[in-house]
Amino acid sequence: MIDIVIDITLLAFLAITSVAIVRMTNLFAIVMLFGIFSLLSAGLFVVMDAPDVAFTEAAVGAGISTVLMLATLALVKRPQKPYYGEAPQSHRAWLPLIVVAVTGSALVYGTWDIPGFGAPDAPAQSHVARYYIENTMQETGVPNIVTAVLASYRGFDTLGEVTVIFTAAVAVLLLIGGKRSKPAVKTNKKGEQDEA
Amino acid sequence: MEFFIGHYNYWIVIILMMVGLYTVISRGNLVKKIIGLNIFQVSVFFLYISLGTVKGGAAPIITEGVKVYSNPLPHVLILTAIVVGVATTALALALVVRIKESYGTIEEDEIHNLDHSL
Repeated sequence: MIDIVIDITLLAFLAITSVAIVRMTNLFAIVMLFGIFSLLSAGLFVVMDAPDVAFTEAAVGAGISTVLMLATLALVKRPQKPYYGEAPQSHRAWLPLIVVAVTGSALVYGTWDIPGFGAPDAPAQSHVARYYIENTMQETGVPNIVTAVLASYRGFDTLGEVTVIFTAAVAVLLLIGGKRSKPAVKTNKKGEQDEA
Repeated sequence: MEFFIGHYNYWIVIILMMVGLYTVISRGNLVKKIIGLNIFQVSVFFLYISLGTVKGGAAPIITEGVKVYSNPLPHVLILTAIVVGVATTALALALVVRIKESYGTIEEDEIHNLDHSL
């Protein structure tokens, strides 16, 4: 019972935080709120019996993501004018709201057929998951099933994941790392006007 | 009441998803758009983890005397997704830094004005 109460409270906090993120205009505050958002998510993952996911979210989501965003803010040196809270003039204010409302209602309609939260006889629980719970200990000797699947059964998938991260790291280095000639960037901007 | 508790998680997931989508399509600041994408992403994580939860279940670590475990497979998928998500966020933020260097702004409408594309 207490599980459910914590679950409902934390999810409500999460929704409030996300709405606050949309309504705020100060980018630094938004990034800090996003850190709080990630930390709340990590807490919720613990409540939902997923400690491995919670560790990862707390370290990677609340930690590294926030640091990356703060570093970006420092590099971007945003202007202090709080005008980015308003929608660009090219967008009508009501159009995104309508799109979001229609999509949201369709999704809520879709939840009517989902088995209730935590139902033990849900389809997701009755097929392949049972195999891993029953056989992981004999086959790999690792008590933590998530670790066993990640590193043993699906080791090649994890290798693929490392490839993705490597690719992203190389791309980031190519984009903003190394020596870039600053004047070239400036003439790019000025040159455009000169040509025009 | 049981229906409410049974579906509350999914409804909050949908609210988060829509808040993220709304941020992406209605806000012009590129950093804020990326944060919207991240909110959307976290909502998908919650959808998966909620589907894998079993009432009265323990965390999927084999322990003496525990009979019911939560579904470990969504946990594995989401573990991978979180790490890949940070990699893509880093790439997106690097693109923002480059855009700022070339255009001098990270506001979508100002970039369009500089490009004469709108």
